[in-house]
Amino acid sequence: MLLKLEARPEPSKLMAYLSPLLAVALTLIGGLMVFSALGTDPLEGFRVFFLNPVKDTYGISELLLKATPLMLCAVGLAVGFRANVWNIGAEGQYVMGAVAASGLALYFIDSESAMVLPAMVLAGAIGGALWAAIPAFLRTRFNANEILTSLMLVYIAQLAVSWLAHGPWKDPEGFNFPQTKMFADSALLPMLIEGTRLNFAFVIALGLLTVGYVFMQRSFLGFQMRVAGQADAAARYAGFSATRTIWIGMLAGGATAGIAGMAEVSGPMGQLTEHVSNNYGFAAIIVAFIGRLNPVGIFFGSLLMALLYLGGEQAQQYLNLPSSISKVFQGMLLFFLLGADVFIHYRLRLKGGK
Amino acid sequence: MTSRRTVIKSLAAAVGAAAVPGAMRSAFAADPMKIGYVYVSPIGDAGWTYQHDLGRKQMESALAGKVVTKYVENVAEGADAERVIREFAASGNKLIFATSFGYMNYMERVARQFPKTVFMHATGYKMGKNMGIYNARFYEGRYLCGVIAGKMTKSNVLGYVAAFPIPEVLQGINAFVRGARSVNPKAEVRVIWVNSWYDPGKEREASTTLLSQGADIITHHTDSTAVVQTAEEKGKYAFGYHSDMSKYGPKAHLTATTHQWGDFYTRTAQSVLDGTWKPGSVWGGYKEGMIKLAPLNPVIPKDVVAMVTDLEAKLTAGSFHPFTGPVVDQDGKERLAAGQVMADDVLGKMDYFVEGVSSRLPKH
Repeated sequence: MLLKLEARPEPSKLMAYLSPLLAVALTLIGGLMVFSALGTDPLEGFRVFFLNPVKDTYGISELLLKATPLMLCAVGLAVGFRANVWNIGAEGQYVMGAVAASGLALYFIDSESAMVLPAMVLAGAIGGALWAAIPAFLRTRFNANEILTSLMLVYIAQLAVSWLAHGPWKDPEGFNFPQTKMFADSALLPMLIEGTRLNFAFVIALGLLTVGYVFMQRSFLGFQMRVAGQADAAARYAGFSATRTIWIGMLAGGATAGIAGMAEVSGPMGQLTEHVSNNYGFAAIIVAFIGRLNPVGIFFGSLLMALLYLGGEQAQQYLNLPSSISKVFQGMLLFFLLGADVFIHYRLRLKGGK
Repeated sequence: MTSRRTVIKSLAAAVGAAAVPGAMRSAFAADPMKIGYVYVSPIGDAGWTYQHDLGRKQMESALAGKVVTKYVENVAEGADAERVIREFAASGNKLIFATSFGYMNYMERVARQFPKTVFMHATGYKMGKNMGIYNARFYEGRYLCGVIAGKMTKSNVLGYVAAFPIPEVLQGINAFVRGARSVNPKAEVRVIWVNSWYDPGKEREASTTLLSQGADIITHHTDSTAVVQTAEEKGKYAFGYHSDMSKYGPKAHLTATTHQWGDFYTRTAQSVLDGTWKPGSVWGGYKEGMIKLAPLNPVIPKDVVAMVTDLEAKLTAGSFHPFTGPVVDQDGKERLAAGQVMADDVLGKMDYFVEGVSSRLPKH
């Protein structure tokens, strides 16, 4: 008896949806084994890692807070990824969104106007989109690979924010430490639940997930971009503009990542520091794929990813496990997802030993 | 100076409280006090976080049975820190140490929500009713390293790999060059900024550059062991920082300015146990046992060892301060008149190089 991988006549729709669930299940099993290997009772490990972080309202609010930037970055990236536009630089666009919004907050630090906040959201979106426009321009004008250019721009963005925090935007009362002044109340996002840090950015994220859903699944432009992603030649034959696809794909990712960056400085941070980037832009790439580039999937993918971060902290706090445990779980999740995805296009066949 | 007084005061209070067992919060408590630590990087086997973790372990064994400690490592200096600190407080930790500057605002917010928990923040400047700050006078060790370097250099060029031009780093560089020039007026220090607290690749590159520019002794204010390792490979000398890094360069490693948090952590935990803890700022050096040199390399000449031992005694006694006037900056401007000792708040705002540094500060 032999197991054999056999190409399916057409991709399995069922497997496409089943694959992330399978990956989650395998990650859990793998996790139980990791806990055992580290000398922790696997069930206790499971409880601390996956249940303890969401044991009360505050825990749930923290989960949603942590998931918000992931949702935002991932939904914009999905628009591009569906059209084979590979924006790997959401991290940099997130940083530049935070920078643009912070610039506004610092400029209007004495203002109590209700317009500061909406203007900051807009500034965040524009800041991120402008940063994404660079690789879009280089790709459409010079055919430069956007994977490389968008990634390289991440490092430039990080150095730029470091320069601002150490230089011109440094808080004059901050003893030379690299941080801006704390923002005025008018530049802080309102809280959704009293006593927690969950803020209005979560509502914005839900709104943009909905917009993303309508655009990608229900609009003609979204359809054109999907075709461009799946069958480049067909799209060109149908007269769909490749240039427009690239621009929309890049700008969508940049704008939502920029809003995520704005939400971080205007939400839990309340100021800009050089530590504003927390790899949300990179983690969102995993989230987008776990979510099957679908806004509903991205919603759940973000929650799962956020839970892995929170669980990792608690595993250290209560079980004395090393900090790399979160990364092990993230790695397993991505590995099992890619493994399970093989079965979208292939199936296992038992062959008699002839 | 207030800092030293605070320490002495709380020590005195601790002794006083011990005489009245009824006043002791934990005298009859069966459960040991829970203490949480927040670390900015993985503990590893040398560096900033490693030293804090040594301190944690030392305190745990000194107060065995009375305390239990937990830590979370690699916590980013962003929004995540607040959740980690809050979780420690919410789960019954009575004393929480956050060991990096970037935790300041998050710790302050949590401290306001948990008035019965004691919060201690390293290297920051915000305090509260239940939040104190602490740091060490790293520059004292730097001065001693400078003296050794000034005596041992042949090229009179010393190299310094540094992270960011914040006061704490500038104090170290300036103390190092002042130490070197106190014994060798021809010594100069060249500085390369790597714009990162931990980047072994860049630190190695910067070390190579400094050595190729003629430096024969190098040191660093960054978190990896790359500088010591590079010196070892190139047959030059180096001073480690944070930890004793001699195992990364047995020949190159002359000594290191090491951080000693253990006694301080023990004193702080004891004062919380006794109910005598008070908020304040602790900035300790040789005198408080918070700074020490790693064992000196046997290649250091006897007379230099004697000088260092003498200075160590003076630092411990408080009769010598590395920033005693005249302090002249690299543009020739006098920053402190002869005979005066630089005040702590002035030290805390240091934003210039003293004479003897041949590199310029990055301009913004």
